[in-house]
Amino acid sequence: MEFLPVLSYATFFLVFVGIFAVMALGLNLQWGFCGLFNVGVAGFVAVGAYTSALLTGPPEPGRFGGFGVPILLGWIGAMAISGIAAFIVGAAALRLREDYLAITTFGIAVVIQLVALNAEALTGGPFGIQSIPKPFFELLGSGLAWNLAYLGIVACVLGLVWWALERLVASPWGRVLRAIREDEMAAASLGKRASAFRLQSFVLGCMVMGLGGALYAHFVGYIAPEDFLPILTFQIWAMLIVGGSGNNAGAVAGALIVWAIWSVSGGLLREVLPQAEQARGAALQVVLIGVLIAAILVARPRGLLGERASVSRHAKDQS
Amino acid sequence: MLQLLADGLIVGSVIALGAVGLTLTYSILRFANFGQGEFMTWGAYLAVSALSFVLAMTGGGVMEPIGPFSFGWQLIAAMIMAATLTALLALLLDWLLFRRLRHGNAITLVIASFGAALALRNLVQFLWGTLPEYYTREIQISLRLVPRDVMGGLRITPDQMLVIAMTMIVVIGLHLLLTRTTLGRAMRATALNPALARVAGVDVNAVVRATWIIGAALAAIAGVFAGIVGQIRPMLGFDLLLPLFAAAILGGIGSVWGAVLGGFIVGLAESFSVPIFGAEYRAATAFLVLIAILLLRPTGLFGEKP
Repeated sequence: MEFLPVLSYATFFLVFVGIFAVMALGLNLQWGFCGLFNVGVAGFVAVGAYTSALLTGPPEPGRFGGFGVPILLGWIGAMAISGIAAFIVGAAALRLREDYLAITTFGIAVVIQLVALNAEALTGGPFGIQSIPKPFFELLGSGLAWNLAYLGIVACVLGLVWWALERLVASPWGRVLRAIREDEMAAASLGKRASAFRLQSFVLGCMVMGLGGALYAHFVGYIAPEDFLPILTFQIWAMLIVGGSGNNAGAVAGALIVWAIWSVSGGLLREVLPQAEQARGAALQVVLIGVLIAAILVARPRGLLGERASVSRHAKDQS
Repeated sequence: MLQLLADGLIVGSVIALGAVGLTLTYSILRFANFGQGEFMTWGAYLAVSALSFVLAMTGGGVMEPIGPFSFGWQLIAAMIMAATLTALLALLLDWLLFRRLRHGNAITLVIASFGAALALRNLVQFLWGTLPEYYTREIQISLRLVPRDVMGGLRITPDQMLVIAMTMIVVIGLHLLLTRTTLGRAMRATALNPALARVAGVDVNAVVRATWIIGAALAAIAGVFAGIVGQIRPMLGFDLLLPLFAAAILGGIGSVWGAVLGGFIVGLAESFSVPIFGAEYRAATAFLVLIAILLLRPTGLFGEKP
């Protein structure tokens, strides 16, 4: 077996795992720690990807954007715009019954998909946006060296997001989130405004998803509406549920496991099925993910790595 | 102008039927079922298969249209078979999945329905393929009800008129079922207070089964209607899901007439938005209606509880 192709594929695979892990961490902040059911993951990821692509890309006649700002600024912009979109949705839906958020986020993802497809002056329409700049591309060229460098960048971003979220969740703010998830009435009776905390958690989670979208855009260098179909939402959800919601390590492990299952099953189907049956095979692959979500919910609702029980230091000493 | 009104009513009647099923399952089973759209798709596709089965059984394999309509009695038989099969599918899903999650958090049921919807939708693509299907290739001449010089005129096919009329008949039948029969009273009691209903001797499990059957059968009928006035595609139900939710919430969760009115309002809003925003943004209209109702009156037009 040759070493280089394997290394090359592994790098590619791990970059995607890292990007999905960032998105799953964002979802974990919403669902795992605050019980918010967001069905519009793909929409917020798309907002981040398009924002960064438009901010950093070269100008193109007939289309908005192409400001050529540094990539880092593009990523910050991606988080900001995703956060604003989340604020608008959250402000409308979070005061109400919890499943209204599911319906509203489902709706915003549909609308974002429509805008991506049809607002050609902004998003490039069905053909999307090409030539999104890649960091350090002039320095390293298009080969394995660049992929490895990007893997390093993704790992750094993932580590940073991880560290920030762990700090947040362990802070008093994180405790309030979990208190609201478990018993809103009790949290409210201690003077915590549940709706404000929910909105903060929702907006922060969507900002992280937007960052994930930007990471994706600058790795592939090309985005189109079909990159952000509802199937992306399902994949991220499957990752979180399989790995274990309420646990950041679970979100990352889930990203690795689900993406491995997805890649291997996709590869197998391509090998086994004749060309004409490929579309049906792809459909079967998605059925697999749907059944996986349902089966894990029934058989092991806590996922592979469940949430760590957080018990006060003082309570532990006495037992 | 009149034409937009008629188009809106036709789309609205499909949305209304689906939304009635959604509002029933929402209020009695107590979760937002993202699978409702897929029941519509399955109903439409099961009717395609049932139709070819009926045509093969009755010999000849051709459908003789009744009167001015594009289809014969065979499609009605196929629709009844499809509704029955879709109801069985819903019961199977409940038995496999939802029954086991009912005692946990309500939002877990929503996630489960989300996963189930994904699996069902792609199963349709796997079984029937992605090319659009039709019940009949019969070409129907639309009737000119209003001449062109009166408010832009109005053309409508007999099929379309039948769909609007049948929607009203089905909804009136459902209304009678809910208000005049013991089962209907038990269903409404369970929607209001399951614990109290159980104490009063209502068999809640039977009510749950009946709700799945009615909700899925209504979805299947709506799916067939959507197929009669348009194409049968794997995304048929998914594309209608947002309008369904908007209609059910607009009418107030649990209110049958509210869902019907909501369905027609969403259908008309979609239809009248086309000349303003263009046909490509048609699907966004339901979202605007949804956001507006959530901001202004989250209980809906006829809702009781927030």
